[in-house]
Amino acid sequence: MFSFTVRSFFQKLVTLFFISVISFLVIYLAPGEPSQIDPLNPKFTPEDLQRFRQEFNLDKPLHVQYYLYYKNLFTGQLKSWKDNQPVMAKINERFLNSLWLFIVGTLITWCLSFPVGINAAINRGSFSDRTSTLLAYVLISIPSFFFAYILIIFVVQTFHVPVIGMQTFGMTGAGKLYQAMDRIWHLVIPSILGATGGIALLSRYVRAQMLEVIHQDFIRTARAKGLSADRVYYSHGLRNALLPFVTMFGLILPGLIGGSVIIESIFAWPGMGRMAFEAILARDYPIILTINFVAAVLVLIGTFISDLLYMVVDPRIRL
Amino acid sequence: MSSARNRVGIEMRMKADEQDVNKLSQGLAVEVSRFSEAWRIFRKNRLALWGMVIFILFFVVALSGLVLTYGDDPVLDPSKVRMPEKLLAPLSTVNREMVAPEDWPAFGVYLLGTDDLGRDVFARMMQGAWVSLTVGFVAVGIAVAIGLVLGGIAGYYGMVKVRLVYLLCAAALCAASVFLFSGQGRGAVYVSLGALFILGLSYALLRHGEDSLLYRVLSFDTIGVDTLIMRFVDIMLCFPAFFLILTVVAILPPSIYNIMVVIGLTGWMGTTRFVRAEFLSLREQDFVSAAKVMGISDTSIIFRHMIPNAIAPVLVSATIGIASAILTEAGLSFLGFGVPPPHATWGNILSDGKRFLFDAPWLTYIPGLSILVIVLSFNLFGEGLRDALNPKLRKR
Repeated sequence: MFSFTVRSFFQKLVTLFFISVISFLVIYLAPGEPSQIDPLNPKFTPEDLQRFRQEFNLDKPLHVQYYLYYKNLFTGQLKSWKDNQPVMAKINERFLNSLWLFIVGTLITWCLSFPVGINAAINRGSFSDRTSTLLAYVLISIPSFFFAYILIIFVVQTFHVPVIGMQTFGMTGAGKLYQAMDRIWHLVIPSILGATGGIALLSRYVRAQMLEVIHQDFIRTARAKGLSADRVYYSHGLRNALLPFVTMFGLILPGLIGGSVIIESIFAWPGMGRMAFEAILARDYPIILTINFVAAVLVLIGTFISDLLYMVVDPRIRL
Repeated sequence: MSSARNRVGIEMRMKADEQDVNKLSQGLAVEVSRFSEAWRIFRKNRLALWGMVIFILFFVVALSGLVLTYGDDPVLDPSKVRMPEKLLAPLSTVNREMVAPEDWPAFGVYLLGTDDLGRDVFARMMQGAWVSLTVGFVAVGIAVAIGLVLGGIAGYYGMVKVRLVYLLCAAALCAASVFLFSGQGRGAVYVSLGALFILGLSYALLRHGEDSLLYRVLSFDTIGVDTLIMRFVDIMLCFPAFFLILTVVAILPPSIYNIMVVIGLTGWMGTTRFVRAEFLSLREQDFVSAAKVMGISDTSIIFRHMIPNAIAPVLVSATIGIASAILTEAGLSFLGFGVPPPHATWGNILSDGKRFLFDAPWLTYIPGLSILVIVLSFNLFGEGLRDALNPKLRKR
């Protein structure tokens, strides 16, 4: 266990190094420079351009820029090119906003997909099984931006509540209860959208896993003992079908960043995805690179946690 | 008529049965081709069958869309602006007094309405269908090609170790291309000359001094090919895919080819893993050993014997990959980074229409539902293929 941890840590460190190199090269070697973002602006004189390039080390060789970028990142000195604010502070602030979406979305995913998947597996071939299968495919296939607009039309016309942004403008004077309700209404649609793909995939996995387990010998034995159906399925079956999902706890970490770009842009949600989108529009390289780096770190931590959980949950697995 | 056809069918079946009986009497198994076996299973899956029907229909529509909207004076003009006719509902007829006859849509009817510039949404959808189709197929084609090559190498030559000299040369070439891209041509020349020198040196040493220390250092086995490729796959999997595609597409000049290439270059990891796994298991099987013993060349073994056996999961993941490539392109177009205007894609029709969500909902529903139906059909078709082509699932 200890040797696995150490070995895996160093492997991941090497991977992270290559990721940092590749993402740096991809962004810095692309044609066009951030200093050319607004070439027609008459206020942006050649002297300004020179100062800009000097200020952000753009006139130095590539490897020096790489070194300076990661030195600044790790010492917390990294500044956004757009507004000169420290990058980590900006990301931190947005991260907390995204965290809400992520937590609610994950809760919705896990609470919905398990009952649906287990039900589909137990009643295999029934009407509910086929419906949930088709629905899962529809949820995977629906473009999130289209689904977002359907939900907006539905919620706005049925409940008459505003849904764009994190809260309604001018609610600061209202009572605590009103404010809380307002926040919840704003949270619901984006987190449902964030959960759609997850619900579809996870319910399919649960169904497949459960199907595999309930065709095994120990389930037949449990049935033959005369146990009730609930006990057979939930106590004997589900416990064995759960193993892969415990490990999925680690793998959902990267969901904090990936995939939220479109949803956060539509709902004007001040989170990581929206910040990434704005940074791309403004060619704010430090922010783009740092978000990429944070995402990669989250993926690596996630796989590490899931590897560890594999071992803890299932002692048969040796790594 | 139908009874006659039935009789022909029965006769044919009887003939087939006779052949089967003959085979069985000779102690041979009944011949069932792989395709007909797969088709027998696939046919039972009604959803997958529908998926295939829509898949073929979409192909026809996209091709006719290309033909009808192509050229200087197309039948369906997707970029004709008619200001008096803006935001008309589907199936409304053209106002023959306000619009000049040469600007009328086909048959004088806007089948799917018009957008905020009075452009015919039907024509734009037809044009966008071709974009979706090509983006899906080209991107997945690139991904599958890379995946087949890398996965094949990792699976077949995985045990081979890379010598230090090759690693040095590869690193030097990478550095050279970096120099080249960052506009320092002289550096690129120096580094690639260095790489050539190392290569030439090791070759000369191979001819003359095999015992020398330098040769031993240069031919030192470093790392397995398999490890190298799979580590690279791991690295690529750590990037948040959509964010990476968005970044690169936003930085590069807007063009449909860039989008195809970028989606393809970020989507090959799954195929690589499948192909490697298949190759690893195939390599140990008897027919491959037999082929090796017969002295058949590696190329022939790989392309004639192994790839046909490993292609099934690749086909499945390619079908599903097309679906996700179409979704990705639509997402990029929606965010404004897709195919540059005035070319229409389903994503940018929806993106333009979202401002009129409550006044002209068809501008949202028509492209949205089309994307949904097409992606759904690809997904269902792919899943059906997986069940039909996977021999392990047949027993159940």
